[in-house]
Amino acid sequence: MCDRIYLDHSATTPLRPEALEAMLPYFADIAGNSSSLHADGQRAKQALDAARESVAEALGATPREILFTGGGTEGDNLAILGVTEALKQRGHHIITSAIEHPAVLRTCEWLETRGLEVTYLPVDADGIVDLATLRASLRPDTVLVSIMLANNEVGAVQPMAKIADLAHQHGVLVHTDAVQAMGKMPVNVDHLGVDLLTLTAHKFCGPKGCGALFVRKGTPLEPITYGGHQERSLRPGTQNIPGIVGLATALRLAINELPAQSTRLAALRDRLQATILTSIPHVKVNCAAPPRLPNILNVSFAEVDGEALLMALDMRGISVSTGSACAAGANEPSHVLEALGLAPEWLQGAIRISLGRTTTNEDIDDVLAALQQDVPRLRALATGA
Amino acid sequence: MYSAAVRDHFANPRNTGSIEQPDGQARVDSPVHNDRVDLMIRVQDGRLAEIKYRVLGCVAAIASSSMTSVLATGLTLDEALALTPEQVAEALGGLPEGKLACSVLAPEALRLAIADYRARQP
Repeated sequence: MCDRIYLDHSATTPLRPEALEAMLPYFADIAGNSSSLHADGQRAKQALDAARESVAEALGATPREILFTGGGTEGDNLAILGVTEALKQRGHHIITSAIEHPAVLRTCEWLETRGLEVTYLPVDADGIVDLATLRASLRPDTVLVSIMLANNEVGAVQPMAKIADLAHQHGVLVHTDAVQAMGKMPVNVDHLGVDLLTLTAHKFCGPKGCGALFVRKGTPLEPITYGGHQERSLRPGTQNIPGIVGLATALRLAINELPAQSTRLAALRDRLQATILTSIPHVKVNCAAPPRLPNILNVSFAEVDGEALLMALDMRGISVSTGSACAAGANEPSHVLEALGLAPEWLQGAIRISLGRTTTNEDIDDVLAALQQDVPRLRALATGA
Repeated sequence: MYSAAVRDHFANPRNTGSIEQPDGQARVDSPVHNDRVDLMIRVQDGRLAEIKYRVLGCVAAIASSSMTSVLATGLTLDEALALTPEQVAEALGGLPEGKLACSVLAPEALRLAIADYRARQP
């Protein structure tokens, strides 16, 4: 990211060199179609099979349970639309949360226009779904519970094993959007107890445009696109072999490095948080209580507009976010922060600082110094003080 | 996403602050985004001799407040009343779609400050 300070790793991450290197042969040298019988095709197929095994192992799944997709949005769509279609004779009710990514929320809203009923579970001030509310929302005609593992704006981690246990007691399938969680916390499909899990490569230093969907053996799923037999006909289309190789490489490295990186990032994040709280008045950390991801700090500054602060930092060469990049420019308060029950002034002044494997101690010093100048300057503009 | 002029007026907003004994003043709040503009004017010989403001808001709100003050200073009161958010946005080299609403605050505050000035006249 040139000489800029990139603190927006929840939006996307730079491709790591090892993943790029692993991908390069598959653009031109080994460029067969993995569905072809000839040697060129089979070399691509070998890479595809190895990547599938590697991703399956990382998740505690079997290779057959891994479908490669075009990314997180596609994975979420396939999981939700595919399960509800497969179970349409059984029921028309799904449960999700108010703080999901738009890839889940907009899909659920579309299903509502097709006659399905959707329950959007509220969250508490720490961004956590209430299990009693979930229990009360489960109905005989509920076919799916889809709740994100970790939130992209505030980092709150849901009690997924308990959620899955509760849903399964009622015979309901469970999908989780693990896009933000992957590479930031341990993710094992059996420990979580989920039936479907979405991940995307570009959040853990893999390439953009490539993801995977875990589908537990025996889970009813209909495709949402039609074509060839690839990915067990559930995601037809010639596989993106360079992307898949990059995904598998980045995921393996992220998981190897997870214990060290999560400790390192949490320490950097905690120092950032503590220094902001002691050096800048009228500040609120959103979802400060654990469990949350180690790399996300969502913080609100009273009497400052988040977008203005983002731009002020940008002009100093520092990239942060006001929420999800998907909502940027929409000029609407974050639906996640609204669901936390934040007052308007805190909604307005929120920014998300998200760290990654390239983040250094000096980056934290620099963003702190910038905040200590820009927040008072913007406040003076607002209050004349 | 933002023009060079918007970035300039955001980074270095002109005419910020307040006037000790303004001839007219007004505050406009945007209930949706919690934005607000507090604007004060000094009138001399029927013209806007000085405009100062405080602004809480996004990049577009800050830049359009700055540009409103620049465009309106020196105008007669009737000329200033004719200043539209579209003219402010145009002078800024345009604003992104969805941000035009943020450029309404300062011209509206100016209009109300002039009304306040006129209401104070005997």
